[in-house]
Amino acid sequence: MLIDKKHIGMKVPPHSVTPTAWQLKWFAKATGESNPIYFDEAAAAEAGLPGVLVPPTFFFCMDMDKDHPFDYLETMGCDLGKMLHGEQSFVYHKPVHSGEKLDFDGVITDIYDKKNGALQFVVKDVKVLRQGELVCDVHSVMVIRA
Amino acid sequence: MTKPNFDALNVGDAIPSFTTEPVSRLTLALYATGSGDHHPLHLDQDYVRSKGIPDVFAHGMLGMAYLGRLLTQWVPQAAIRSFGVRFTAITQVGERLVCTGKVVEKLEQAGEKCVRLELTCANEQGEAKHKADAVVALT
Repeated sequence: MLIDKKHIGMKVPPHSVTPTAWQLKWFAKATGESNPIYFDEAAAAEAGLPGVLVPPTFFFCMDMDKDHPFDYLETMGCDLGKMLHGEQSFVYHKPVHSGEKLDFDGVITDIYDKKNGALQFVVKDVKVLRQGELVCDVHSVMVIRA
Repeated sequence: MTKPNFDALNVGDAIPSFTTEPVSRLTLALYATGSGDHHPLHLDQDYVRSKGIPDVFAHGMLGMAYLGRLLTQWVPQAAIRSFGVRFTAITQVGERLVCTGKVVEKLEQAGEKCVRLELTCANEQGEAKHKADAVVALT
């Protein structure tokens, strides 16, 4: 079944996340990060930062930090068991730190298929805002296999 | 951290690379906690076997996080303007990931001197897991 292209332009239910130093500490440990500004609040303060620095790919984690991270694909009737992550990109505008509340405001910007529908692509673009100021653009392409 | 000098960089120059420890089940458990992604494909051997998959495998975004670390070891994070990845292969438990990058373009973007980098995360046999690019400002 091909996904109905009427969903292009659909708003993703918005959500907000405040990254915590606790979670960023585990993210740093998992990814082998040794620079303490990414996991140690005292080191971040010494470096003049208001909290530990949110690393470049953590914006994806926060975008997924909701009860149903693929709610938009469920709305389209996609089988999440056939989903793959195709592409991920970010445009950065401002550094973000633990303790700063962020609002995630997303929209479906494209739906297309390849190989006669064997692979379908759903493109989502999310603006990440801190008190109304754009801090990051998150661009995700999910692939649905037939 | 001092930034690399724009004028001293040439297309083709490599940035400092690294090879990770083997990706273990513990790595995947730690990444699940850090990222919030507890999908059973990455954690639960019983679940993946029930789906006909021999073993759990790494989160794709773990590899992108390693490439992010490659960038932030080279420049302060605030210098990164954009960073994108295509996922080309699955990383299996036990693989070490070799993270490399090179300058592919020198450009001016929004009035800033920038370099475009091509980044690769591959296993030790050279199979690319992720191909990425990033634009970094050096002014």
